[in-house]
Amino acid sequence: MRREQYLSWGRYPRAYPAAVYQLRWRDEPLPRPAPGMTMLAYGYGRSYGDCCLNSGGVLLDTKRLERFIAFDPAAGILRCEAGVSLAQVLELIVPRGFFLPVTPGTRWVSIGGAIANDVHGKNHHRAGSFGCHVRAFELVRSSGERLLCTPEQNAELFRATIGGLGLTGLITWVEFALRPIGTPWMVVESIRYGSLREFFELTQESDADFEYTVAWVDVSAGGSQLGRGIFLRGNHAEPEQAPQHAPRPQLRIPVPVSCPQWVLNRLSARLFNALYWRRPLRRRMVQPYEAFFYPLDVLAEWYRLYGRRGFVQYQCVVPRQCAEEAIAELLGRIRASGRTATLGVLKVFGEQRSPGMLSFPRPGVTLAVDLAMEGDATLRLLEELDSCVSACGGALYPAKDARMSPEMFQRSFPHWREFARFVDPQFCSDFWRRVTGSRGEPCAC
Amino acid sequence: MRVLIVGATSGIAQVVVRLYARDGARLLLVGRDAAKLQAVAADAHVRGAAAVETLLWDARQWERAGEVVRRAREWLQELDVVLIAHGSLPQQAELWHNPVRAIEEFHITGTSVIALLAELVPVLEAQRRGVVGVISSVAGERGRAAMAIYGAAKAAVTAATAGVRGHLAQYGVRVITIKPGFVDTPMIAHLPRSGLIGAMIASPERVGRRIYRALQRGRPDNLYVPWWWRWVMLLVRAIPEPLFKRLRM
Repeated sequence: MRREQYLSWGRYPRAYPAAVYQLRWRDEPLPRPAPGMTMLAYGYGRSYGDCCLNSGGVLLDTKRLERFIAFDPAAGILRCEAGVSLAQVLELIVPRGFFLPVTPGTRWVSIGGAIANDVHGKNHHRAGSFGCHVRAFELVRSSGERLLCTPEQNAELFRATIGGLGLTGLITWVEFALRPIGTPWMVVESIRYGSLREFFELTQESDADFEYTVAWVDVSAGGSQLGRGIFLRGNHAEPEQAPQHAPRPQLRIPVPVSCPQWVLNRLSARLFNALYWRRPLRRRMVQPYEAFFYPLDVLAEWYRLYGRRGFVQYQCVVPRQCAEEAIAELLGRIRASGRTATLGVLKVFGEQRSPGMLSFPRPGVTLAVDLAMEGDATLRLLEELDSCVSACGGALYPAKDARMSPEMFQRSFPHWREFARFVDPQFCSDFWRRVTGSRGEPCAC
Repeated sequence: MRVLIVGATSGIAQVVVRLYARDGARLLLVGRDAAKLQAVAADAHVRGAAAVETLLWDARQWERAGEVVRRAREWLQELDVVLIAHGSLPQQAELWHNPVRAIEEFHITGTSVIALLAELVPVLEAQRRGVVGVISSVAGERGRAAMAIYGAAKAAVTAATAGVRGHLAQYGVRVITIKPGFVDTPMIAHLPRSGLIGAMIASPERVGRRIYRALQRGRPDNLYVPWWWRWVMLLVRAIPEPLFKRLRM
């Protein structure tokens, strides 16, 4: 086992499992860890914080559960093993005229992870989260039971496992619905906007006509320009709107080594953001789906830009009615703190509720900001931000979190006690130990 | 494209199966575990294989190699590509005092491959075309204490494959001896992952893709994957035996 392989995307915290067990076949039994040791599925390690880590326990590497099981092109339904990545799914389905029902900003996540974190994307206002499109999956419990979970069968475990952070057992395969598309191309509009107010206006005018909307935010701007950025909105191109040929596959440029920590600092981050905001825009363009959905996938292993210290992403959702003030407050505090904030994203979530008990997406506005991990100063800033989010009844995204307090979690995920009843006694993660306030021993459930 | 893959559930072979499936090939997959074989076949089907058939065969029953080739001719008619990918890497320590198991291991990795090649020769002679890839191993290049029986079986496979290549060359059939080093599959699950061995482990994707490319081109005759194993083995072979035996490799 190469230890560094099994960290999370943010490289913070650096916590290592006692052992890694490579799963190979979906029908094989789970290993039996030593007494007191717990297990946790680990796919491609794209969770940012510690919800995919299990210090001192066993990680079940699911990457080799990478087989497709059945594809029904008439109904647009795919069944595959849980370690299949979204990239592998896209490679199969896009040439056949289908797309993922929901996709996060990277395609290097596993289908199992997409369920466990109930991921969302730029189409949340139309399609809800990934969990809304899951029809069935198999859950293996440490007791050896294999349970078929659907909205009707084992319905409570179905709801607990969607967004359940891998704590309810091992997902071995998944069946989900696809979205038909006319071409692999996207028709995209990019609009530079100057303030938070304009962002909300653009969202309001766009959400009816555009399936995908999101904004990149210049986290370095302040004053009257606070929240300025570039608004992206797009639709899948119909055949008459797009080139006849298939798009060229996306480049992948590796970041070969960890950068020195000074490369990304407050000033270079500010410079990057200011330049990026001013970059020349083509208002309307047709581009390959990869360029629209996965711009950061071009840089393989981009966490290395932050150096050894790693980084944290702060992603919260705040209710609609207080969103404008809350987002302004958050951006203002980030800017005033002098921390190295690199990348900001804003998106308005829709009303559609996920079946998941512990799902993060909920009606409101979500802000995500990447920050270099600069020790206590960064942590203090994030605690300040927590109090703003908390004050207006918001929540943090567990998939991105490495440090929220148990109080913060329990307040913003009120169903957590109901959920805890479904946690497998032999499954746990660093995240769960932290937010339930248990140290070291198996999960509180 | 009509493709026969023996040992189709092995980590490396699964990658090759996927690549041929994507090409829309007609596949016969041979293996000894029905459930695993079924999982690989379903995957190949979804990925675009024109048709997939499976055959249960245990390499311990090497004398039944003829059944594999018969079934392949029924299902595929002609053989465009054959990949023989099965083998077993036992812990040598368990074999020193167990001659029956030692010979059984030799049959699984060595005899059964020779039997398959012998059954294939007349078919390939007759069709006068096709590519055969045989996964041998760098372990067949020099006897080592830690892999005495496995190395002996792979040495036999390497020599037999080279012989078949020489014989079939006049019939226009290409034969490739594939020599992987350590590949991250269940076969090496019991080897330590740290230090030098850890650094030399290749992913099955890399090895499988390279094999696929070689099968498509029908060359080279001897394929080391990754490529640097050619030079590593050159060095390993050059070590004088009086020294080599003390290295406890």
